[in-house]
Formats: sequence, C-alpha cells, structure tokens
Amino acid sequence: MATTTTPAATPGRTKGTGKPAGPPGRRPRRSLLPYLLLAPAVVLELAIHVIPMLVGAWMSLLELTQFHIRDWSGAPFVGLDNYRVVLDVNSAAGAELLRSFRVTVIYTVLSVGLSWVLGTTAAVLLQRPFRGRAVLRALFLTPYALPVYTAVITWTFLFQRDTGLVNHVLVDQLNLLDDRPFWLIGDNSFVALLIVSIWRTWPFAFLCIMAGLQNIPDELYEAAAMDGAGFWRRLRAVTLPMLRPVNLVLLLVLFLWTFNDFNTPYVLFGGSAPAEADLISLHIYRSSFQTWDFGTGSAMSVALLLFLLLVTAGYLLLTNRRRNDA
Amino acid sequence: MRETATERWTRRIVLTLLAGFVLVPLYVMVSSAIKPLQDVQAAFTWWPRRPTLQAFVDMWSTVPLGRYLINSLLVASVAAIFSVAVAIFAAYAVSRYRFRGRQVFSVTVLSTQMFPGILFLLPLFLIYVNLGNATGIALYASRTGLIITYLTFSLPFSIWMLVGYFDSIPRGLDEAAQVDGAGPLRTLFQVVLPAAVPGVVAVTVYAFMTAWGEVLFASVLTNENSRTLAVGLQGYSTQFNVYWNQVMAASLVVSVPVVAGFLALQRYFVAGLTAGAVK
Repeated sequence: MATTTTPAATPGRTKGTGKPAGPPGRRPRRSLLPYLLLAPAVVLELAIHVIPMLVGAWMSLLELTQFHIRDWSGAPFVGLDNYRVVLDVNSAAGAELLRSFRVTVIYTVLSVGLSWVLGTTAAVLLQRPFRGRAVLRALFLTPYALPVYTAVITWTFLFQRDTGLVNHVLVDQLNLLDDRPFWLIGDNSFVALLIVSIWRTWPFAFLCIMAGLQNIPDELYEAAAMDGAGFWRRLRAVTLPMLRPVNLVLLLVLFLWTFNDFNTPYVLFGGSAPAEADLISLHIYRSSFQTWDFGTGSAMSVALLLFLLLVTAGYLLLTNRRRNDA
Repeated sequence: MRETATERWTRRIVLTLLAGFVLVPLYVMVSSAIKPLQDVQAAFTWWPRRPTLQAFVDMWSTVPLGRYLINSLLVASVAAIFSVAVAIFAAYAVSRYRFRGRQVFSVTVLSTQMFPGILFLLPLFLIYVNLGNATGIALYASRTGLIITYLTFSLPFSIWMLVGYFDSIPRGLDEAAQVDGAGPLRTLFQVVLPAAVPGVVAVTVYAFMTAWGEVLFASVLTNENSRTLAVGLQGYSTQFNVYWNQVMAASLVVSVPVVAGFLALQRYFVAGLTAGAVK
C-alpha cells in the first residue's frame, strides 16, 4: 500500500536494538524482542502480585501472630491449623467468617444483578439518538468516574440520621416513617451499603453494554422490525443474544469486583462495618490488623481466593458448554 | 422503525428516574459544600439558604489537605506514566508478535486483576516493612512504594485495551515502515503509537483514576507524611465534629478534574472496550 513515511535516510542502517538488522521486510525468526518488551510488565506483576500471593499462601501455614510479626522468619510452621480455626464454624472466628461470607454472597448477587439490569436498561434506552442523549450518557458515567471515597463519603452524609437527605425525604417530606431510622447501624446498614454499591457499579455495566450495542448491525433491527417485532421481541431476539459475549465477561468481572469489595463498606461506615454489612474483604482486613494475626488473616484470604477460583472455573465451564451446545 | 408513544413515555420516565438516582448525591455534594457549618449540622435542606465559599477556605487548615493533594497528584501521575509506558511495550509485543507464552501471559495478567486485594495486601505489607528494615529501601510508608504498587493495578486493563487498539492499526503500516528500514522500536514509536494516541490517552486517564481513587493499600502502606487523599479525607470527621461542608468541598475539588478528564475521553474508552470485546 502507499505510504507517507519518508524513505530512511541511510539505507541498510542497523536497528536501535544493538543487533544487526535483518534484511528489511523479512520477519525476524525466533526473536528475543517480544520477551524484552514484556519484561517490565512481567517483573512488576511478579513482584507485586504473584510473589506476594505465594508468600501469602506460605504465611497462611505459619503461626504469624503479633509475637512473630517483627521477625517472621522465626514464626513456627503450623500446617493447616490456621485453616482449621477459620473454617471451623463452631469457633468464634469461623462463625464470624461464615456470617461475613453469607452477607457478601447476598450483597454480591443483589448488587451485580440490579446493576446489570439498570445498566442494560439505560444502554438500550439510549441506543437511539434523541435530544439530550449525550448529556444523559455523561451523567450516567459520572458515578463511575468519581473517586470511590468522595462518592461513598457523600452517601455517608446522605444517610446521617438527623442531618441526612434520606431521612429528610422519607420522614419529613413524604411522612412514610414516624421514627428517623438509623441507616449506618443495624439491619438498615445492609440496605444502605447495597444502594451505594449499585449507584457506583451500574455505570460500569452501562459503559460495557453500550460498547457492546455498537457492534450490533442496524440491519438486524430492521429485519426484526420488518417481521413486525415489537420492542420486547427485538430485545429478546436481537439485543440480548448479540450482547451475550459482552455479558458473559461483564457478569464475571462484576461478580469478582463486588465480592472483593472493600472500599464501599470501609468508607461508608468509617473503618468498621456493622455485622449486617461486614463484607469479607473488610472482615479479613479488620481481623488481621486488629489482632496482628496475619497467619489466620492469610488463611482466610487464601480460602477466599480458592472459593473465587472455584466459582470462576464453574462459570467458565458452564458458559462454554452452553456455547458449544448452541 | 418508529417508536410508539408507549415506548417513548416509558423511555422518558425510566431515564428520568435513573437520572434522579445519579444526580441526588452529586447535587448534595455541591449544595452542601456551599453551606455554612451550622447548616450542615442542622436538619437537611435542599436549598442552601446562606451560600458561602467559607468551606473551600477552611478545608485547607482543618486537615493538611494540601499535602494529601500533592501526595495524590505525585503518586497518581508517576504511577500512570510508568504504567502506560510499561503497558505500551507489553501490548506491542502481544499485538505484533506470535511467541511462546503469549496466551499464558495474557490470561495470567488479566486474572491477577481479579484476585482479592486483601490476599496480597498482608504479604506486601510485610515484604515492604522487612525490605526496609533489611536494606533501607523505604517502600513502606513512602510514595515510591505506593507508586510501584499502583502502577501494577492499572497494568492489566491498560495492556488489554492497548492490544485492542494496536490490533486495529493495519499491519501494512508497520511493513511499509520496515521496508523503509525502521526497526521494531522505531515502528512502534513512529507508526503504531501515533495512530493509537486516543487509546494511549484513555489508558493514561484510566491509570491515573485507578491510583487517585485507591483506598485499601493507601490505608495500610502510608503514614502521615505520605498519606493520600483517599485516606486523608477521613480526617474531617473528628471525635467531636464532622465538618460535612468541608468534606463535600474537598470531595468536589478532588473529583472535578478526574470526572472532567474521564467524560472528555469517554468515547475512547467505549472504542477501547469495543475493540477488546470483538476478540
């Protein structure tokens, strides 16, 4: 094809990589170059993710309590003892972990499900051009763009019992409730947490689904309309099937992010969440740094990772099988 | 394919409700920032009766917001620049070369993104502390440690998105450059990168946002001197008083730049996601 690049001034010059240049236009054989290009990324990933993770797995086998944390090479090896403690539902630590796990499962299912529904709804409704569409699109993406702590701290203010907007609307303006409920302690704290989470999460679903919708050719809709398909029929027969690849990835990513969510409860409740909203990441964090028992903390983290891997593997198997059947 | 009246009204009602849900907290952030302290400590009012910019003045002295801001700016910018640089090379390799381990690399990198942060927080904390004690390399409680940590957080998604962008640039351009005698690196810098500028900018903003908004590691790996906004903003709630107007003012100030940057570039994100989703 025609090119606008100016011819190299010195023909046959050597490459900047220090190796003699091969004949121009021919692909280098087994070159080291891709590995060199990858090296920084690999080194960083190893140093910050992979090695600490392996160290974490090792830590989970040690009695790494506050007495050994300064000199962790001296921590005694205790095998699976930490796991026995945290997975034993009859022990205090195990019972708390199980409760936190339950809360997290319900939280994740509701938050991901509702965020997906909102994201799909908004994306589908914004699919066709109309006046104000660009403004709405920007508005809907704003919660995703906001730094998590500013968004969540604002919600903390909204949920204040005496000075917050939520009680002002529910009690003073709509008179739906007689008493001013507490939102950040007790049963309601779960509801508050869920609302904040959905507010922050659904824009990401919206963004991804919007991107996915752009890949659906208009002809499909035109053909469906010719067949007399109404809105729901088009949604079920064209939009959702075409979005399937996007949704498969999106739901998995949302599941993992939400299940590991630390920021929302940490900022919303100012460090320590009430039992009803004690998500698992925050639970592990708090029990580790309160007691300085990193051994059981690591054991809980590894157990969490294994659970997530199991769910992910099951999900991928299931969705792949269905794709092959179809 | 005309829209029926029912469809039009459903659309309007649903979108209005959604817009309200999104807008209310944003509105409260702005309107409370311009209220005096007495008003945010009294019953909520929708409209600021005595608007004042006092909170924007006071917020700098209640907590050392200036220092937090500089820390966050430094950490997020440096992390973003390095992260994008590393991602560019990696994405170029994945996009333009077929080599052994290519698939493994892509899968591994993406999956680390999914692991629970808490899992490597505890060991990383111990590694940084012990490394500091043993060698004097201060990673714990330093901005350097935070920068190195954060730059890996945005790396996977940045690489994934840049691969999508690079893939969409015709190889004919590379080959033409190589015919002209350009080596792989010159091809990258003179042919591929200029064509992928929107993607690179979008990824830079993403990396900046990631570091700017991170809370978990910031809460453990920093001390008073290296503290970032993510943790520092909690300083407005003391044992006796919560300066809600100042919290909202500070939140507004630290949010506006990233939100504006993101919204200005959102179509490149969508393009990047589309490119990635096609594969």
